[in-house]
Amino acid sequence: MKQKSTTYKIKQYLMFAGPGTLLFFGAVIVPFLYGIYLTMTSWDGISKVKPFVGLANFVAAFQDTAYWQAMGRTAIYSFFAVILINIVAFALAYLVTSGVKGQNFFRAGFFVPNLIGGIVLGYVWKFVFNRAFVALASAIAGGNVPSLLSTPSGAMFCLILVSVWQYAGYMMLIYVAGFMSVSKDVQEAAMIDGCNPMQTMRNVTIPLMRSSFVQCLFLSITRCFVVYDVNLSLTKGEPFNSSVMAAMHVYNQAFTYKNYGVGQAEALILFLVCAIVGVTQVMVGKKGEVDA
Amino acid sequence: MLDNERAARQKRISKVIMWIILLVLFLCFIFPFVLVIINVFKTKADITSNPLAIIGAHGFTLKNFPEAMKKMNFGRVFMNSAIITTCSTVLTILFSSMTAFVMVRNPQWKGCSIMFSLMIASMVIPFQVLMVPLVSVYGGTLGVLNHRLTLILLHVGFSVSMAMFMFHGAIKTNIPMELEEAATIDGCTRWQTYWKVVFPLLKPTIATVAIINAMAYWNDYLLPSLVLTKKELYTIPIATQAFYGTYSTDIGLVMAALLLAMLPILILYVFLQRYIVEGVTSGAVKG
Repeated sequence: MKQKSTTYKIKQYLMFAGPGTLLFFGAVIVPFLYGIYLTMTSWDGISKVKPFVGLANFVAAFQDTAYWQAMGRTAIYSFFAVILINIVAFALAYLVTSGVKGQNFFRAGFFVPNLIGGIVLGYVWKFVFNRAFVALASAIAGGNVPSLLSTPSGAMFCLILVSVWQYAGYMMLIYVAGFMSVSKDVQEAAMIDGCNPMQTMRNVTIPLMRSSFVQCLFLSITRCFVVYDVNLSLTKGEPFNSSVMAAMHVYNQAFTYKNYGVGQAEALILFLVCAIVGVTQVMVGKKGEVDA
Repeated sequence: MLDNERAARQKRISKVIMWIILLVLFLCFIFPFVLVIINVFKTKADITSNPLAIIGAHGFTLKNFPEAMKKMNFGRVFMNSAIITTCSTVLTILFSSMTAFVMVRNPQWKGCSIMFSLMIASMVIPFQVLMVPLVSVYGGTLGVLNHRLTLILLHVGFSVSMAMFMFHGAIKTNIPMELEEAATIDGCTRWQTYWKVVFPLLKPTIATVAIINAMAYWNDYLLPSLVLTKKELYTIPIATQAFYGTYSTDIGLVMAALLLAMLPILILYVFLQRYIVEGVTSGAVKG
């Protein structure tokens, strides 16, 4: 067989993959590399010169207490949100695959929050928390009850609640696919061997759905760590900057306070933390995967 | 016999209980939307005094809509979103499927395998890492912000690797080499083979990629807000955010604006619900 010439290969590649590669480089690779360079400059976003400062921005990032507070807050938020998202999603998936009437309708209904952007969802819930719940609680308590969003822990609770509501329907679809992939034969075999439904679920169905769990956890962790839209519209970091998540802090550091170098260094640290947590989770999860 | 009957009855009862739980959960899921819908037809004073009442003391009003529409410049904003979403989605499909094709069929070429690994690896990079350099390169050095085309091309650049990955899987498993060989023997060039034989066979994956990306583009806020800062270029999410910033006290208008922002995709969902749920599922499971 004749070896194809290098020119032929390059021509073929450019003809098919040229535009895709070019845009991919323009949007991802060039900014990524340029971003690493930016962390070593003290650029203010306006001036033409970008003074080189070495690792000073990383030192500043490590000393930025507000940043580490935001990171800690993001970790707490992600921890609760991820666990609750997956519990709710799994329960929903179980219910909508159990063969009850109208299960497709319910499936479609639970997915609705995912159709709408985080900005709009945040404002909808802000209305619910600030007006509807306040009116309801005041009517029950008989006095003026402050909104949940006006206290730091309340705001955190609201963010977690809205995130669970927002993502549970999406993760539910992945768990539904997982439930469908477990063959009925295996479950029936377990039942015949004397397992009750609870035991079948715990010892047969859930282990076989392990890849769904790994995937849902990965998706929810990586999404929660960089939450921004809902954070911006629901709490805007208030009250008293107590609900500023890491992504919002990075945004403010770079675009509001014009510390582009420090902001970029902090973004890079956020990315590394997020990638390490996500990849570790996938590796641990994949290790124990079983096949039927 | 008696045992069987009892088991069957138990099963029926548990079905009913599950159905009731589902219904309650479903109501919890949609009640924020219901609240917006009932309050959109009330006056500002009525919403403030009782946001839970189905009809306000001053009765039913329709005047929130036209006012919100005018103040939000909804027609223009909707068109901006529609243009950007459509163009970005079409280009993503074309460019990523072409890229996937050359990569699937030539894995032994060094360049292809390196680019493939690079694209897969890049999928873990969150947007926050890229936003500062993006603004600095495209805003400062090149000065091409505030053009719809810039946003469209950036959208495509961000999603090309994920979409490529999905087409890669589809071409590898679903399109037999024999088909392409037959086309070549019949005198097709690689280019013609791709457009006449391979691309039409990718329809299911095209639908999946289109649904996932179109939804992401339509709802995207952070990137568009950095690229498009001129009022006449605003998309729906940016316009909603700006509207809330200006009129947050005029709660009736806010309700109308939020409903307007949600309505287009909800209407679409009513008709394409099955395709959207299927597309998102297959996209999520492959991705």
